[in-house]
Amino acid sequence: MAALSEASGVSVRYGGVAALTDVDFAVSAGETVAIIGESGCGKSTLGRTLLLLQPPTSGTVRFRGEDLTALPARALRQRRRFMQMMFQDPYASLNARMTIGETLAEPLVVHGLATWRTARPRVAQMLARVGLDPGVTSRYPHEFSGGQRQRIAIARAVIAGPDLVVADEPLSALDITVQGQILDLLAALQAAQNLTYVFISHDLPVVRHIAGRVAVMLGGRMVEQGPPAEVFATPAHPYTQALLAAVPIPDPALARARMATAAALPAATPAPPNACPFVPRCPAARPICTESMPPLRDIAAHRRAACWLNEVPA
Amino acid sequence: MTETLLDIANLHVRFGATTAVAGACLHVSKGEAVGLVGESGSGKSATILAALRLHPPNARISATHLTLGGHDVLTLPQPALRRLRGRFAAMIFQDPLTALNPLLTIGTQIAEVLTRHRALSPADARRQAAALLTQVGITDPARRLAQYPHEFSGGMRQRAMIAAALAGDPALLIADEPTTALDVTVQAELVRLIAGLQRQRGMGLLWVTHDLALMAGIVDRVVVMYAGRVMESGPVAALYANPRHPYTIALLESLPRLDQGRGRVLAGGPPDLTRPTSGCVFAPRCSARMPRCMQAPPMFAAGDSHVACWLAAPAGAEVAA
Amino acid sequence: MAPYPPTRIDLRQRLLPPAWPQPGRPAHLLGTDNVGRDMLSRIIWGARISLAVGLSAALLGAVAGSVLGLCAGFFGGAVDAAISWLINVQLAFPFTLFAIFLLAVFGGGFLPVVGVLALATWVNFARIVRSQTLSLRAQDFVTAAHAVGVGAPRILRRYIFPAVLPSIVVVASFSAAQAILTEAALSFLGVGVDPTIPSWGAMLNLGRNYLQTAWWMATFPGIAIALTVLGANLMGDWLGTRLDPRAR
Repeated sequence: MAALSEASGVSVRYGGVAALTDVDFAVSAGETVAIIGESGCGKSTLGRTLLLLQPPTSGTVRFRGEDLTALPARALRQRRRFMQMMFQDPYASLNARMTIGETLAEPLVVHGLATWRTARPRVAQMLARVGLDPGVTSRYPHEFSGGQRQRIAIARAVIAGPDLVVADEPLSALDITVQGQILDLLAALQAAQNLTYVFISHDLPVVRHIAGRVAVMLGGRMVEQGPPAEVFATPAHPYTQALLAAVPIPDPALARARMATAAALPAATPAPPNACPFVPRCPAARPICTESMPPLRDIAAHRRAACWLNEVPA
Repeated sequence: MTETLLDIANLHVRFGATTAVAGACLHVSKGEAVGLVGESGSGKSATILAALRLHPPNARISATHLTLGGHDVLTLPQPALRRLRGRFAAMIFQDPLTALNPLLTIGTQIAEVLTRHRALSPADARRQAAALLTQVGITDPARRLAQYPHEFSGGMRQRAMIAAALAGDPALLIADEPTTALDVTVQAELVRLIAGLQRQRGMGLLWVTHDLALMAGIVDRVVVMYAGRVMESGPVAALYANPRHPYTIALLESLPRLDQGRGRVLAGGPPDLTRPTSGCVFAPRCSARMPRCMQAPPMFAAGDSHVACWLAAPAGAEVAA
Repeated sequence: MAPYPPTRIDLRQRLLPPAWPQPGRPAHLLGTDNVGRDMLSRIIWGARISLAVGLSAALLGAVAGSVLGLCAGFFGGAVDAAISWLINVQLAFPFTLFAIFLLAVFGGGFLPVVGVLALATWVNFARIVRSQTLSLRAQDFVTAAHAVGVGAPRILRRYIFPAVLPSIVVVASFSAAQAILTEAALSFLGVGVDPTIPSWGAMLNLGRNYLQTAWWMATFPGIAIALTVLGANLMGDWLGTRLDPRAR
């Protein structure tokens, strides 16, 4: 199946710092792919690069087969109707000086799907679909709770009928009971509008249950990919193992036992230039890991990993 | 009986028309770790701010009992209160970047607490500060003391803030969501660190959080708040294994778990805190709602736990509300 | 509105103090100046020139400076480099002095004076608007607008401009004051708007020579300027609040 969105050999550098290094990543239509990793691993940068909100320093980004980096600004803006974004903090991502009605009508108007006047019924319909009172269009973002604001931000992302939605930590600013409600809403919208989600998260238990595929990032590189059930059961990268070992367990006895036995993970320090970025913290590091970065290779059906442990027998 | 560090009974906190806390009870004994858990708007933050009298000036506070180290917090004169904060009860915050002064080195900030509360000479304070950094797992303390907060990573800053909090050798450590902004890997290390320090020093720990999973391994007792009221409190093992209050049950069930399901969704939202409610505040969202819930339930004893729910009524005798 | 023509000279009534301490006269409520002109009448007449010049110059400077600042901060790159260069040149080179020199050579009048004063104030606006736009541009709600597909003109108009407007209003209020005072200096040099009509700045300048003997000559125009600036500031605050839905 042809990829809906695809990054090939993408690197992003800010000043002298590499945020992404030679990343290949593809999403098929209808999929939910999660990107996980610690802060600074490049997962948000990759999400923004897929939408060309962050132009890559090198490499190509395709959407529906079309090279976005080659498009003129105006054409790129027209494509944005089909690829949208959701942000972590719905208060920061909504314009505090625009009413809800204007915020939601805006995608329709800028893409020529409606005028400010004719957008009204569709805005009301959308509000009802995300579980809000359709009569709130003249109110401002600060008049809503965090969960309601995230519903507004979601409505804005899907109202123009996109194919792809990149959701950057859409739950982490929300209370646990609200998170569940928003996940239900995202699932319902996906079913109704045949959406493709790229779900950027650090919450492994959530990812385990919503994603069809998970991509693990570290130091601006892709280090493991596969179905979450398999990746989380038998992680092929020591970094994925470390992430899993850090997931809090809501069981007092188990949590205590693990805290007493688990070895402390050394603090993250920069790795040598060509080394695997996990070398300073890796319990299984070998000399080769400091000498060269392992390539991302197929290790089983639907599974890929970038670790020398899978390549060279000890 | 062990020494009581913090004792709050029937605390009410109001901001204008909003009732943030309505009748909360909480106590922490020496060497005990208590988890105060609730979602936003539960009143957990207002409760701990009132406990240190750090609440904003427009808050109106009343309590039948509010003591810190045996002192009545609400009537204590300012200088004595200031000595109590930092020396007796220290606090660590969610965001160390706003809690630390960006213009002073880490060493200066820790040494300041030491000279103020422990009357150490500058040289002794410096030595002590280095020792504290080592205790919180910061390597190369001599170099780190001369650095500014922005030169520390998020996890390291949080460690430095813990060191500054420990400098006054407090009997009670209040941690207000200290790991929320951090990566899970760093979070796990910090939780382990704080739990270890608490045991070593025999401190009381009040761990304020919205994360039921994270605190499971470090607290002895849990207090669950919702809409300004305590719903349930009890020993950690009993509360996780056998939660009594429908809200506690819903909260635990809503947690997604790696090994189990995605979690059940609790519909609806918390009540409007500006409107007085006569019945149980959780009743509108409760799956076990009964006619009796039109009346607010008192705290019932149920085993070692206390539960504010009519479901617990037949099982236990009523305790003083 | 004024009790006397502002230019009527009456040497017999010169340097009269204000009405309340003796030996003032109720006829000249705020006293008279060194050639016997009524202070109150001159202040009322002066308001016309000072307010018109001050507000026009601030408005012109605000429009020019804000547009340049928005463009520099939002588009970055070569646009920013060019505008930042212009700002630095303006700050380093005494253009205003040069313009005053031109005024002195080729004569004054309302429009040239307003133009020169705007030349002096636009930098205030450009600098603050540019720096605020730079930080706003990186914020989530602006990125969100890009992600939706909103074009640059609408982002500038509906997202960034409303957020910097409160600062523009504040800068405008003190720029108006600055313009009123600079106009005074111009009047003093004889290149003001109209030498026959008094302006507050010119009166203040004249009064400076009589500070020891006739304090009212400098004090009342000074109070008039201060009240105007205060009023402009209050209005700026009020506007800033009105424009922010969170503060309503």
